[in-house]
Amino acid sequence: MKIEKVLVETEDRNIKTFSLSFANGADKSDFNYVPGQFAELSVLGKGEAPFGMASSPTQEGCLEFTVNKAGLLTTALHNMEPGDIVGVRGPLGNGYPLEQLEGGNIVIIGGGFGFSTLRALTNFMLDDRNRGRFGDITVIYGARNPGLVLYKDELEEWGKRDDLSLYMTVDSANGDWNGRVGLIPNIVKEVAPSADNTYALVCGPPVMIRFTLPVLQELGFPSDKTLLSLEMRMKCGLGMCGRCNIGSKYVCADGPVFTLAELSKLPQEH
Amino acid sequence: MIAKIVRESDLINLLGEWLKEYELIAPVKRDNLVVFDRVDSAGEVLFNYSNTVKSAKELLLPQSETLFTYSSVDHSASIEAHFNDAAPKLLFGVRPCDAKSFLLLDKVFDGERYKDAYYLNRRANTLVVTIGCVKPRTTCFCTSVNGGPFSEDGSDLMLIDIGDAYVVKVTSDRGAGLLEGAELEDAGEDDLASMKRVIQDAEASMSPKLAIEGRQENLESIFDDPIWGPLTEKCLGCGVCTYLCPTCHCFDIIDEARDSQGERIRVWDSCQFSQFTLQASGFNPRLTNKERLRQRVMHKFSYFPKNYGLTGCVGCGRCIQECPVNLDIRDVLNDLLMESVIK
Repeated sequence: MKIEKVLVETEDRNIKTFSLSFANGADKSDFNYVPGQFAELSVLGKGEAPFGMASSPTQEGCLEFTVNKAGLLTTALHNMEPGDIVGVRGPLGNGYPLEQLEGGNIVIIGGGFGFSTLRALTNFMLDDRNRGRFGDITVIYGARNPGLVLYKDELEEWGKRDDLSLYMTVDSANGDWNGRVGLIPNIVKEVAPSADNTYALVCGPPVMIRFTLPVLQELGFPSDKTLLSLEMRMKCGLGMCGRCNIGSKYVCADGPVFTLAELSKLPQEH
Repeated sequence: MIAKIVRESDLINLLGEWLKEYELIAPVKRDNLVVFDRVDSAGEVLFNYSNTVKSAKELLLPQSETLFTYSSVDHSASIEAHFNDAAPKLLFGVRPCDAKSFLLLDKVFDGERYKDAYYLNRRANTLVVTIGCVKPRTTCFCTSVNGGPFSEDGSDLMLIDIGDAYVVKVTSDRGAGLLEGAELEDAGEDDLASMKRVIQDAEASMSPKLAIEGRQENLESIFDDPIWGPLTEKCLGCGVCTYLCPTCHCFDIIDEARDSQGERIRVWDSCQFSQFTLQASGFNPRLTNKERLRQRVMHKFSYFPKNYGLTGCVGCGRCIQECPVNLDIRDVLNDLLMESVIK
């Protein structure tokens, strides 16, 4: 695919969102994905790595990936510019279970750049063609500091909508920040979303998840209605190379979205 | 189909015939080790051996293979997939454990969700002629994992050495095709009686069976048990077990580039290596040898059977033979099972 746009998301310039267009027109109709799925991005000569789909399938003709610069491949990606070619292999993974989510309320809790697939889901639900099928949408999103907040422009738009409740927070603030300051688990406690007919979807760094889950449990969210999107080192993305398993489940093929109920049956090795 | 009989001299001739149509891969001695290698004449084939040092898996899953080559120019790139080893192959003299291992690999690479074209290309072109084990080794434990020294799983033809000749059993349609035109004699009653005796003796000589089949839940119940510490303490993480194992299939994918051209290559990898599950954040869910060895045991005896209905081990015993610290997976399993019953 071709890089159309590169948006620097964070002040430290370590996170960029790439918008890609299909180099072969035919691929456009073949690449059907749901929010929560991922793809393996290739920089030929450097390698391949998995990235969650940051775009919603309702954004036609383009795919977006939010990439944190962490190693060989991501550095190579970050050095690329509009017009450059990257390889995309996907869609992979199970994605969010849209059918189950429909008809109920949704609470989305995202931290750091784990937020990207949740952002995709939110945009999907907010699309005019889809909004009616979902109930109340609550989004709780936090970053470590204001410079690390992603999708700033989009979040501003979301904040103006009356069919979405948005709560943003940062762990620690500097001068310019007017919003909430506090760790996500505490904000969730404050917001205290109702668990009635509601799914909770959580994604973020392990420590955030670890402290958010008990809060959700206390609010009455059952483990089969609490969804996590997990991360693991991956290679093939197809459940064959043996690398990303948690017990008998492969995060790339059986996940990356799992319910808390499913995870509690697996060995705690993640 | 009726079993046939073939003298060793006739078998040599048969191999010669097969050589005309297939690349023949058979056990040979190289640097004093018994390995599988391509042979150009039947005379090179080694018949008197217990098992090869390395398994036969590299015939279907090479240690390294180019998946595709690419070239990128300015703002465009082209990719060319490489399907290597398309020539028909005959794998001769493999043991029943290794033949069965192909069925296990099929579960992964010819799976319900995804089919690996590279693997399948080789699989379709490979015939398997197995020689049963009249003298199993003390480290063999195929009978503990639903196999046996004369198991026919995964074979196209099965040869059983009854001393002065081989009984030949056709165990697949493709095997039948191999014998077309060979005009082998039917095995006589004496031959079959000898065969029965040989089989009985071989099975009786095997080390006592482990009660490992169907015990996935036992293993899962003690996943967090402290017993794993002492059990795995002496493991060096050298990975030789995974290297020699017929059913270990973990791999890595890497790119190698020369200016604007290069290739993407699949290579064997090992869950025993410290960086296997290392994440870019620095977090490693399997930080020490303990977690990694536990993964190997759980994968073969719990996760794989859960997903595919077959134990992920064929009991060839190579890991026991070659482990530099004499870690015996049978002892590990026995200790684990006992611990799970106590708890």
